[in-house]
Amino acid sequence: MTWVTRTALVVGLGFLYAPIVVLIGYSFNASPLVTVWGGFSTRWYATLLADAPLLASAWVSLEVAILASLIATLLGTLAALVLERQRRFRGRALFTGLVLGPIVMPEVMIGLSLLLMFIGIGLDRGMLTIVIAHATFCTGFVAVVVAARLRGLDRSLEEAAADLGAPPLRVLTTITLPLLAPAVIAGALLAFTLSLDDLVIASFVSGPGSTTLPMRLYSRVRLGVNPEINAASTLLVGLVSVVVLVSSWLTARRGGA
Amino acid sequence: MSGRSRFSFDRLIRLPPFVWLGAFFLLPFAITLKISLSEPATAIPPYLPVLDWRGGLDGWSSFLEALNLDNYATLYADPFYRDAALGSLGYAALASLILVAVGTPLAYALSRAPARWQPLLLALVIVPFWTSFLIRIYAWIAILKPEGLLNLVLLRLGLIARPLTILNTDAAVIIGLVYAYLPFMVLPLYAVMNRLDPTLRDAAADLGASPTRVFWSVTLPLSLPGIAAGAALCFIPMVGEFIIPDLLGSSETLMLGRVLWTEFFSNRDWPLASAVAVLILAIVIVPVVLFRDSLRVGEGTGEGR
Amino acid sequence: MSDVPPRLTVRELTKSFGTYRAVDAVTLDLEPGEFFCLLGPSGCGKSTLLRLIAGFERPTSGQIRLGDQDLTGLPPHRRPVNMMFQSYALFPHMSVAGNIGYGLKDMGRTAAAVRVAELLRLVRLEGFGERRPETLSGGQRQRVALARALAREPQLLLLDEPLGALDRGLREETQGELRTIQRRLGTAFVVVTHDPEEAMMLADRIGVMEAGRLVQVAPPIALYRRPVNRYVAGLLGDVNLLPGRLGPDAAGEVRTVETPHGIVQGRTTSLAEGTPVVVAVRPEDLVLGAQGLPATVTEATFLGDRLRRTLRLPDGSFLRASGPPAEGDPPAGSETRVAFSADAAAIFPA
Repeated sequence: MTWVTRTALVVGLGFLYAPIVVLIGYSFNASPLVTVWGGFSTRWYATLLADAPLLASAWVSLEVAILASLIATLLGTLAALVLERQRRFRGRALFTGLVLGPIVMPEVMIGLSLLLMFIGIGLDRGMLTIVIAHATFCTGFVAVVVAARLRGLDRSLEEAAADLGAPPLRVLTTITLPLLAPAVIAGALLAFTLSLDDLVIASFVSGPGSTTLPMRLYSRVRLGVNPEINAASTLLVGLVSVVVLVSSWLTARRGGA
Repeated sequence: MSGRSRFSFDRLIRLPPFVWLGAFFLLPFAITLKISLSEPATAIPPYLPVLDWRGGLDGWSSFLEALNLDNYATLYADPFYRDAALGSLGYAALASLILVAVGTPLAYALSRAPARWQPLLLALVIVPFWTSFLIRIYAWIAILKPEGLLNLVLLRLGLIARPLTILNTDAAVIIGLVYAYLPFMVLPLYAVMNRLDPTLRDAAADLGASPTRVFWSVTLPLSLPGIAAGAALCFIPMVGEFIIPDLLGSSETLMLGRVLWTEFFSNRDWPLASAVAVLILAIVIVPVVLFRDSLRVGEGTGEGR
Repeated sequence: MSDVPPRLTVRELTKSFGTYRAVDAVTLDLEPGEFFCLLGPSGCGKSTLLRLIAGFERPTSGQIRLGDQDLTGLPPHRRPVNMMFQSYALFPHMSVAGNIGYGLKDMGRTAAAVRVAELLRLVRLEGFGERRPETLSGGQRQRVALARALAREPQLLLLDEPLGALDRGLREETQGELRTIQRRLGTAFVVVTHDPEEAMMLADRIGVMEAGRLVQVAPPIALYRRPVNRYVAGLLGDVNLLPGRLGPDAAGEVRTVETPHGIVQGRTTSLAEGTPVVVAVRPEDLVLGAQGLPATVTEATFLGDRLRRTLRLPDGSFLRASGPPAEGDPPAGSETRVAFSADAAAIFPA
């Protein structure tokens, strides 16, 4: 490596991490002021744990993310199987558009259009509508992750199973899905974090009593820097780092499997 | 016999995603399109015209006649929306350019790092991408505000005499866009650069090219598909971006995502908000179609995240 | 051309990857204008040696000089040496002329264009300058790669399996062409190949590599006739190996060897009496007749231009003989004797 590439790496990664490090640092600052270092303290974490509305919305977010990622994983895996294994059927172009469309569709568009429909059919807004919305926009991401793995999968394994007399469902459950498992889990984790992270779509489709964590954070962040939010952010960053580590461990492991 | 069971099995697999996405993606989209074509109103639905399904052909024709383009006419005529559209394009285009300039050296450095370090370095690029978008943008408030960390450091170093106003300016919006979307730029570009045949670089060096010339004459031209994919991957979501202009920009930062939000939540003009949504879509459709093939390059990197 | 082109000297060159020595203490002197082949199977270190000379790898120890210039620490783009890559490594985003002219940046536009035209003529690709590499056939690409590598008039040209990607017929034609171009330019060529026939056909001298070491450097005929070990002997073609014990010292290189079947003679240098040795004789050097070791003809195959026989020695081992067929040759099953001249037999330690 030359000094040029080394500098690019240091500067680039520094740029990516500086804000996160700053945030974590401030969360342990006893002083509520950004400019003053009041000594190391965990008081903001204590404040955070006593903040009932924030904790309630964290709980909502968690429930939504679990349900939405489960649905998205199921639908996305099926969609990936269709995209990679069913080369020709009527409506394939439409199917592809439906699966991949939400990935490029602006969030505001997804949120607004779902809300308009929910109102149109008279469905009350609440956790259910957020779960539906999140499952919808996460399905495409799961499908992309699983399809990539499916593409690398040796087709002859499935053909061998079929040749040995396994009907399609048995091939799917005993051969394809076990081999896909790491990608399915990685896709589920992606869906989980996307759901947990979403502010825009949830803002459109949520109702009273179903305020998600990003929505709660957003309403406070608009008022300026807040040490309690720093603490909440630090916890969230920690959680996501664990998820990423688990996911990359799974990704690395499947290479050897 | 097995052909028949295979056939129905295939259909069975297709059905759930088809039904779900049809109901919750296609149908809402159609409804939005329809509402954007209905009369401007600041009330609650039903919006006129309502399609009467029982009316048969007559119902359809009267429905079609009643549709109007007033909302789009408003978008076109009112300089506010025109500026918002141009603003969205401008911010997204400028940020994309900067992302190319910032992301290319980073992706190149990643691709040239020792092979055993590459998975770790790649993970380091990916982790912020997984971290809450809102929080990452929020973090910049603490850095960029007048009494924030950046000004503090610059003042201490004596580089400036008084705090710079960065937060709530265009500069802050651009910084936020570049920061948030850097991984989208770097990952597909890295994927392309990593696949480049290393003997091409060897050959160029062998023919007397300095490392700088090797980069400009061989590595960069051959990485153009990755640059295009990365820029498109960043540009598309940036056009509809809401959080960044809202938190880092000023009240004058006009971007379509934010205008839509305001029309909807503050002005409650739903037909107009729908028209803005369709406009955003119309803008992003262009790069999606243009770069459909190079976006596939990005798809491959989706596996890693 | 300068009156005396500089010569490449490689001294004790070693390249280690961890504990593995890809190139192990190689010392080599190249004659000016020589066509030199590095021969060996894949993984023997020949390509690494080539990359060390080109500058793509840094040696662990040792020295590379060209004339009185020390190349050892120079990056590839500062070395007056060029390389033709096995994959050709043609730049896919440039035309043929762009590829050939890539190294001529400092020459000025007009002069470079003249030089490119000259090179296109040299490799018989006039009119192909504006084509893209992907529109060319394998043989044409190979010639573009050669022209590109020659553009800067290197003092030494390195070629990594230059004919490896071509099919058989084209290969033989291209071998001749490569020799012609090398003769005309007088540039020293170092070709890496795994094909012994190709090496013998092309080279003035061949260096055989085995496990990172340069085991023998010699002109093709000497290498064929006087291999220094079993490996070199087997590499260059069919060979009969007779184990034995070296007889007493003698004046000159001709020594006797006691084999289980009788005493034979061959050539060797400086080995002590009693050393266990192997006598290597090519099938075409075996003479059947009234003299030599007793043997039984077990099989005789007529191949038109020659007759191939398998002979069984009393201990059950076999020899292969081949020679021009003649009437009255002993048929299969007959008893005969087999001999060879001392000049045709190489002796080396077992």
